Amino acid sequence: MSPIFYLLAAITLAGGLASVLLKHLVHCALAVTVAFAGLALLFLELDAQFAGFAQILVYIGAVAILIVFAILLTRGSELPKGGVFSSTWLVGLVIAAGVFAVLGWAVLASVNAIPQSNIVPSVTVHDIGIALVGRYVLPLEIVALLLTAATIGAVIVAMHEKKERPQ
Amino acid sequence: MLGDGILKGMAETARNFFGSYVSKERLTTVEYPEQRIPTAENARVFPFLVYDGDDWEAGMRCVACQICEKECPPKCIYIEKSTDKKPDFVGKAQFYPARFDIDIAVCMSCQICVEVCPFEAIKMDTQFELATTDRFGGLLYDRKELSRSNEYYHEIHPTEATEVDEHLAEEKAKVEAKAKAAAEAAAVKAAAAANPAPPAAPPAKSEGGS
Amino acid sequence: MAANLDQIFIHLRNWLVGFLPAALQPAAGVVLGVIAIVCVFPGLFALTTVFERKGLGRMQNRLGPNRVGPYGLLQPIADGIKSLTKEDIVPFSANAVVHFLAPLVLVVTVFMGFAVLPMGRNMVLVDMDSGLLFFFAMGAATELSVFMAGWSSRNKYSLLGAMRAVAQMISYEVVLLLSAVSVVMIAGSLSLTKIVEAQNQYSGGFPHWYIFTPWGLAGFIVFAIAATAETNRTPFDLPEGESELVAGYHTEYSGFKFALFFLGEYLAMFALSGLGATLFLGGWSAPFSFLAWVPSWIWFFSKVMCAIFIFIWMRGTLPRLRQDQLMNFAWKFVLPFTLLNLLVTALWRFMGDGWQRWVVCTVILAAAYVIMGRLQMRSQHFGRRSYRYAE
Repeated sequence: MSPIFYLLAAITLAGGLASVLLKHLVHCALAVTVAFAGLALLFLELDAQFAGFAQILVYIGAVAILIVFAILLTRGSELPKGGVFSSTWLVGLVIAAGVFAVLGWAVLASVNAIPQSNIVPSVTVHDIGIALVGRYVLPLEIVALLLTAATIGAVIVAMHEKKERPQ
Repeated sequence: MLGDGILKGMAETARNFFGSYVSKERLTTVEYPEQRIPTAENARVFPFLVYDGDDWEAGMRCVACQICEKECPPKCIYIEKSTDKKPDFVGKAQFYPARFDIDIAVCMSCQICVEVCPFEAIKMDTQFELATTDRFGGLLYDRKELSRSNEYYHEIHPTEATEVDEHLAEEKAKVEAKAKAAAEAAAVKAAAAANPAPPAAPPAKSEGGS
Repeated sequence: MAANLDQIFIHLRNWLVGFLPAALQPAAGVVLGVIAIVCVFPGLFALTTVFERKGLGRMQNRLGPNRVGPYGLLQPIADGIKSLTKEDIVPFSANAVVHFLAPLVLVVTVFMGFAVLPMGRNMVLVDMDSGLLFFFAMGAATELSVFMAGWSSRNKYSLLGAMRAVAQMISYEVVLLLSAVSVVMIAGSLSLTKIVEAQNQYSGGFPHWYIFTPWGLAGFIVFAIAATAETNRTPFDLPEGESELVAGYHTEYSGFKFALFFLGEYLAMFALSGLGATLFLGGWSAPFSFLAWVPSWIWFFSKVMCAIFIFIWMRGTLPRLRQDQLMNFAWKFVLPFTLLNLLVTALWRFMGDGWQRWVVCTVILAAAYVIMGRLQMRSQHFGRRSYRYAE
């Protein structure tokens, strides 16, 4: 647990907290981008270069832009009328605590399951590539189908608006 | 084929780029104020008063008829007539302007004053580098600043000046011819009056009768 | 002697760093490299602004700026003084924090992209295994700053310009990545130094640059188009065209922040030209083996400056593309062509050495280009216009 880890964890947490506590939605979107950047830096600190740069490329370069477009194209850019805390905050807190407990138990239990070794395996991009088209080719193809379906769906939704126009 | 238009365009721009170093027609910039384009002959900026000879006061053609003052659309000319007269180019005694101001901040270079002047006294100058830091007095030209010689007029508008000179010479010749004819008639009349001829009286009476 | 000149900057750095204790030496070396990059590339930027104005002027039958200094070469100093002394206006209802951060984010991410470019033999700032991925990650982060600039100005023209710019940048980002993937396939590595070393071989005096292969030529042309669109240069400069949306997403910026946006755009141009030179033109390797005595960094910077000259040339030649035209072009022509290029690259790799692969690949790419070109040109029907909200 080096000081760099604490710093990066603090940045990520601050971004996450800001994204739920700020009033203006676009500020929240930018704060969640900071959280993504913190995550990417955590990956890089663990020497997972591919994961870190892919996180920046995909999350900050595409997902954040997507969130921002969605906010701007709907009425989300108006300030909320009644505070940032909803009236059912207790239920939300309980559910969030439950999810955190399950995740924490899973992570801590897995530490005991994997044999402890001080040698960090170095995974190169080559290894990731071989794994993707070797062992994990089925998930890869399913994800590709999913993306194709999403693209075609987006095109159809955009085209449908034109046909609905009364002639 | 897709993209050949772009290549042709790029070839043309490249020709422009490299040609601008070698040929004059591909680099048409005139670097003012080190270089200037010579003005055309019929360029006009602001008016000036023409004078013949060397003395601008004595040779000024303007006779203060005030036609240009009345015709000027933005009323930028201000003339005060003199009280005495001086001889003009044909020798006739004429008034002259004691004051002739043109406000070139107001003047719109319409050339109407030139067109209506019957004495060819006011013409258009071609100088345009008249910027001054004095916004009001510096742009009000009095008759001394407005006077330029006929030689200067020949320099800036040679064709026009030659025509004007011919026209003025014609006028002068006509006036001189008339004066000579009048002088001859007067001489004949004086000779006839000095020579009393009674037999000439009845034919004169009958001439007068018929 | 030639080898010494080639490595002169490395020797200089080692000599300077030698004054420090051994524990600090690696960090000091990196800091010196960063200082070098931060000095050299903005200096090149200043030179490029004056060359662009003079070059554009000559192409338009006029002189460029020639009053400040000999042949106008001190013009960037005058521009710099002007932009530093202008009043910094922030609109009253603008989001001050985001408005301030946008140019910073742009310049910082663009500078980071220079860290992985090999500018000469052994002259990379950080030799990463996935250097190419890092570069594209930095490129993706610049889109966010464009959006921040446009939205925080609280100006509908800025917002429109930012939206258009982001849409354009995302579309052409896909194309950029795909055209680089074919290089990665052949070189077998994401590391830019290995890609340059793979191209640094000569057969019969001719270099093994990827641009001299059919898929490399197609990839380079696609990369050039995508790089022009990424940096918002003509003909893709609708988001910042002066006659369109005033100045697009940097309308409300004045003084030094505007200069930072300008700097960011030109630095992105340099970075993408450097990447294009590294991927397709062999980076720092010489064009012919008998020219290898010229220092490697001279080759790299000449290639980058050639690319910049071509950018300026295109700016002087082409009119602007409309937003729907450029999106159509990206998704309907360039992207299918790039995917086909990937296929052809795979064919090239698995057909083995020989003349057959040259013929097959060239024929496939040329036929695809001609057919798709004809289809594109035929689909331009200029029929009767229909206005969606007016009927």
